[in-house]
Amino acid sequence: MELILQGIIKAFHLLVSFDPEVMGITWLSLKISGTATFISLFIGVSIGVAVALNDFFGKRLVISIINTGMGLPPVVVGLFVTMMIWRSGPFGFLEILYTPAAMIIAQSIIATPIVMGISLAAIQNLPPNLRLQILSLGASRLQMVWVLVKESRLPLLAAVMAGFGGVISEIGASIMVGGNIKGYSRVLTTATVMETGKGNFDLAIALGVILLLLAFTINFLLTQIQQRQQSR
Amino acid sequence: MTQKTILSVENLVVKRGKVTVLEIDRLQVSPGRSLALIGPNGAGKSTLLLTMAGLLPIASGNLYFQSQQISSSSTFAMLRQNAAVVFQEPLLLNMSVEKNIAVGLKFRNLSSAEIKKSVDEALAYFGIEHLTKRAAKTLSGGESKRVSLARAFAIKPKIILLDEAFNSLDPPTREAIIDDLQNILQKTKITAVLALHDREETLRLAQDVAVMSEGKIIQQGATAQVFQQPVNEYIANFVGTETILEGRVMSCTAGNMVIDVNGRKIEAVGDCSIVQQVFCCLRPEIVTVSKYTQEKISARNIFEAKVSKITRQGLLYKLSLECGFPLVAYITIPSYEELEITQGAIVYASFKSTAVHVIPRDKKTTF
Repeated sequence: MELILQGIIKAFHLLVSFDPEVMGITWLSLKISGTATFISLFIGVSIGVAVALNDFFGKRLVISIINTGMGLPPVVVGLFVTMMIWRSGPFGFLEILYTPAAMIIAQSIIATPIVMGISLAAIQNLPPNLRLQILSLGASRLQMVWVLVKESRLPLLAAVMAGFGGVISEIGASIMVGGNIKGYSRVLTTATVMETGKGNFDLAIALGVILLLLAFTINFLLTQIQQRQQSR
Repeated sequence: MTQKTILSVENLVVKRGKVTVLEIDRLQVSPGRSLALIGPNGAGKSTLLLTMAGLLPIASGNLYFQSQQISSSSTFAMLRQNAAVVFQEPLLLNMSVEKNIAVGLKFRNLSSAEIKKSVDEALAYFGIEHLTKRAAKTLSGGESKRVSLARAFAIKPKIILLDEAFNSLDPPTREAIIDDLQNILQKTKITAVLALHDREETLRLAQDVAVMSEGKIIQQGATAQVFQQPVNEYIANFVGTETILEGRVMSCTAGNMVIDVNGRKIEAVGDCSIVQQVFCCLRPEIVTVSKYTQEKISARNIFEAKVSKITRQGLLYKLSLECGFPLVAYITIPSYEELEITQGAIVYASFKSTAVHVIPRDKKTTF
């Protein structure tokens, strides 16, 4: 009990004193997961919308694959990305293993199917005639897609939250492709695991609290936007 | 294709997958007029309407808009720029009324001053200026419908297509909106094509009618002409011929035929080369009701009838009569009061042979 109490006190101290190491780890986590979410948003929404709006042979299979991808185990992604960028792997020449870039790639792969699945469902849930209605008002195909995406902005915000939530809190892929190198590729989750292993519960708790606060703050902000849209 | 046509189709075939859903030999829409597409559910009205709006691909055949054939993607885009569709559901975007109405104008890259002018005009057309800043999703069904109509009119289309646009509205709202639409169509002279389900709406809004069944047009022409001479039972029912009797032509001389209906003989004027099995269509307003039998009357059909039901319908009374066959008659309130008609009373129903519309039975379409 004392251990936990001490840990919480130390964590509080680290937080209020803006400990440079903790802040560095936090900032890197935000940068990596934020970038990965942004990339996944771009790819996920584009493909999700394209799949939703087009009829083609095997569409149901594709949707099933996307839905399966929404629950992609991070360690499997980590393994896959590691093999791809391993020195002797097909992308080994890039020399990005154990770098933040590799972590962004892995996290993007985790978040993309989540964003894709949610945006696909969001577009499919719009009234079937809405597409024709927008076209009949003189929209080009691109304008029509843009209006549909804007119409789905509430579920798309949910997609951002789910995607970001998924990657900021994952550990498997980050540790495999990032390597948890101090000051370079150490993020909140990998640091928490390491400090716990070393018995530094105070630091681990501080990192855990920050992770929770971060996830909460981002989601709180997005929820505010979402609810404001909802009541508009 | 004549020059007096804004939009026309020829030998049009539209398919859904491998199934042919529309097969139209010929249909022309005259500029400044309103054409109603009527027919039962699944007749292909909406498909035809959306095809005419350039929203569905054509399997074969021709679609012309202002003498130009619509076949390439650029001509389809041109048609869509000039046509506006109003669907059954309002399909408003999740934004303010004002922005909803401006959507189509923004696609046309108009200046904000031009957009504002057109939006204000459209708002005024449908009397919804007070809704300008309201969020679309807070509107009632009637308000939403007005906004969706205003949005379509705001882009000043050359042709407006309405797909059963009044279906989901309550009767008073529907009345008011149809009134407004009637006025606006008259005022703006915008050509309209309307998929409709209701006889009154058709009479009020459309000068021309095309009757559809199973993806084909089975009758088309001026509304009055189609309504007076329906080619089959469905159309007769739709246009309000309350009495439709199955009969058999017994004799025919000098254009005057005698038709056996349930053992009763009805005289009618018609083509003697007609097939034997026929439908006799009688509109309720052509039936005269009297308390006593009249001698020396020009009407060729006089039947003793029992009043089986009396229903008040607005300014008229609807009498359901049984005279060996069911017959419906409309009489005015003064006539009803003078005749002192009660349920079960015996009256005499008469109608002229020229008022009986005879439809050959073999043209009957099963719906």
